[in-house]
Amino acid sequence: MEILVCVKRVPDTSENEIGVNSAGTDIDRDDLVYSVNEWDNYAVEEAIQIVDRVGGKVTVVAVGDSESEEVLRREMAMGANDGLLLSDDSFGGSDGKGIATILKAAVKKGNYDLVLTGAQADAGAGQVGGMLAAMLDQPYASLVNSIEIINDKTLKVGREIEGGNQEMNEIQMPCVLSIQTGINEPRYVGIRGIRKVASVEIPVLGALDLGVSSGSVGSAGAKVKVQDYFVPQLGKGAEILEGSTEEIIDKLIELLKVKGGLK
Amino acid sequence: MNSNKQSEKVYQEYFTKEHNLLRSAVRDWIRKEVVPNIDDWEEAGEFPKELYGMAGELGFLGIGFPEEVGGASGDIFDAIILNEEMMRSGSGGFAAGLGSLGIALPPIVKKGTAEQKERFVKPVIAGKKIAALGITEPGGGSDVANIQTTAVRDGNDYIVNGSKTFITSGVRADQLTCAVRTGGKGAHGISFLVIESDTPGYSVGKKLKKTGWWASDTAEIFLDNCRVPAENLIGEENMGFYTIMENFQMERLQLCVMANMTAQMALEEALKYTKERHAFGKPLSGFQVTRHKLVDMATLVEVSREFTYRVASKIQAGLNQVKEISMAKNFACSISDKVTYDAVQLFGGYGYMRGYLVERLYRDNRILSIGGGTTEIMKEIISKLM
Ligand SMILES: Cc1cc2nc3c(=O)[nH]c(=O)nc-3n(C[C@H](O)[C@H](O)[C@H](O)COP(=O)(O)OP(=O)(O)OC[C@H]3O[C@@H](n4cnc5c(N)ncnc54)[C@H](O)[C@@H]3O)c2cc1C
Repeated sequence: MEILVCVKRVPDTSENEIGVNSAGTDIDRDDLVYSVNEWDNYAVEEAIQIVDRVGGKVTVVAVGDSESEEVLRREMAMGANDGLLLSDDSFGGSDGKGIATILKAAVKKGNYDLVLTGAQADAGAGQVGGMLAAMLDQPYASLVNSIEIINDKTLKVGREIEGGNQEMNEIQMPCVLSIQTGINEPRYVGIRGIRKVASVEIPVLGALDLGVSSGSVGSAGAKVKVQDYFVPQLGKGAEILEGSTEEIIDKLIELLKVKGGLK
Repeated sequence: MNSNKQSEKVYQEYFTKEHNLLRSAVRDWIRKEVVPNIDDWEEAGEFPKELYGMAGELGFLGIGFPEEVGGASGDIFDAIILNEEMMRSGSGGFAAGLGSLGIALPPIVKKGTAEQKERFVKPVIAGKKIAALGITEPGGGSDVANIQTTAVRDGNDYIVNGSKTFITSGVRADQLTCAVRTGGKGAHGISFLVIESDTPGYSVGKKLKKTGWWASDTAEIFLDNCRVPAENLIGEENMGFYTIMENFQMERLQLCVMANMTAQMALEEALKYTKERHAFGKPLSGFQVTRHKLVDMATLVEVSREFTYRVASKIQAGLNQVKEISMAKNFACSISDKVTYDAVQLFGGYGYMRGYLVERLYRDNRILSIGGGTTEIMKEIISKLM
């Protein structure tokens, strides 16, 4: 099976405290440590496991500048076979539709049975997977938390739905799935993988190679634009518990008891 | 090492992209497998043995060792990264314990036969066996030339008698790279034998209770008429002292790295805490005296780390750095002494309480200027080379 997994380089929230920059135009990106978007890492693990079972190849693709190469290399060290970087000055400032447009062009250049994305990335919009499927005119399932291969045309996928309930679907390939965390246990990257991919050349495709017109992507093509970033004012009824972790836990338990949440 | 050239600005980067990938891989593993449990393991006085297997499987234990012995090869900065990221567990004991192969195996890798490497190196790098280095004796550690444990040739064996103490991983080690006296008095009578822990006459005392490094098991080992096959002799008979001295260089470099990381983490903790903790109506960082203290700490850490890296890159280039590495060890340890002390001070009473990282860093730090050659021994070495 030929699988393409879309991966993004994002600020590593376990390494950084994320704050808003002083101009309120973005998060503060000074000294941020970046890594692969957590959801995407689950998607890559799932793809590797599928290929381990039925054979085929996993390609990881990222839209971004040359720094995104480190994320592709990491996922290749983990076990993805190939990497592909989609990079062009005109891609900067793309909205979700722009990113989906760029990815669609890359998908069209290959012959993939299955395209995986993470359920969401750092911006939390969760739109790229769905838009990409629509642009490709392929079926789509979101928040996928299990994949079973029925035959070379059909997958059975589980979806997490409201209230912790589970839904099972059959879906025809080629298709796009966006992957929820917890679908598997992503493996660690070991030294052998790192050595193996250290000097592999990762191909880079730009707008021209992809046949993407620069007006349709990047800030030029973006029809969704971020206007403002700020930390919301404390609303009524919101209470921030303070103190050491133990103190906070005690206060929370007390509150839950008072409000009837805990018996 | 890359030379980073931007127009006329030229400086040396110590770490490549491949290094950074390794760093994030080790960090990820430590963060998920070690950090959530380290407080319990510190209290228990050891970490689960399975960690050796995992680290072996991921190839981390093989970093810095040649591929012929199952290693992952790599340069000195790979080894530094591994140590730095193990220190990120917040436990020097964990780093020292899991890393004891780093001092126990090099004599075998450098001086051993192919068969010895097969038996004593490969299983350790694979995480299937635990290796320790036994030099220090109850009677003395600094005066290595004066060790008292004897190995007397008897047919195809040596009969070993004596004891070793303060041995990192000593409680659980399957094999001890052990310095023994095979010849006359002094430096010229010392050899290395690998002694397996199941050898009759080999016994381990109680796990030693220590100021710091709790997660590493440290032991006294007794050798009572141990019959050790002569094929376990590493290198030439009576040439062991020189191997010990060579081995010390990497150990000292890694102790520099541990000191720098201990100081770095203490600084980071202090930076966070002084923003959160309030006194007299403002955060501690609102007092100029606090900010200046933090600046002094940060400056010292930066300078020490830079010097360590510089010496490391010279060792890598094949230059003799015996004097410089001894200086780096003393300098890094003096910085971590000061920075951990100051960090505890900034935490006030909490800095003295279990459960706060600075409290552990303060305790863990103390060994660094004693192990691998004391500050005074470093000065003796430096003074001879000036
Ligand atoms: C937690 C821990 C782990 C260890 N792990 C290992 C291990 O795995 N393997 C191993 O072999 N050893 C290990 N050691 C032992 C360590 O290397 C020794 O403790 C160290 O070398 C000092 O030896 P000593 O304790 O016998 O002190 P001594 O040699 O007795 O020194 C006592 C004091 O005298 C000073 N002194 C000695 N000689 C001179 C001199 N010529 N001039 C001036 N001052 C001098 C020393 O600097 C020191 O201050 C470990 C120690 C500890 C605490």
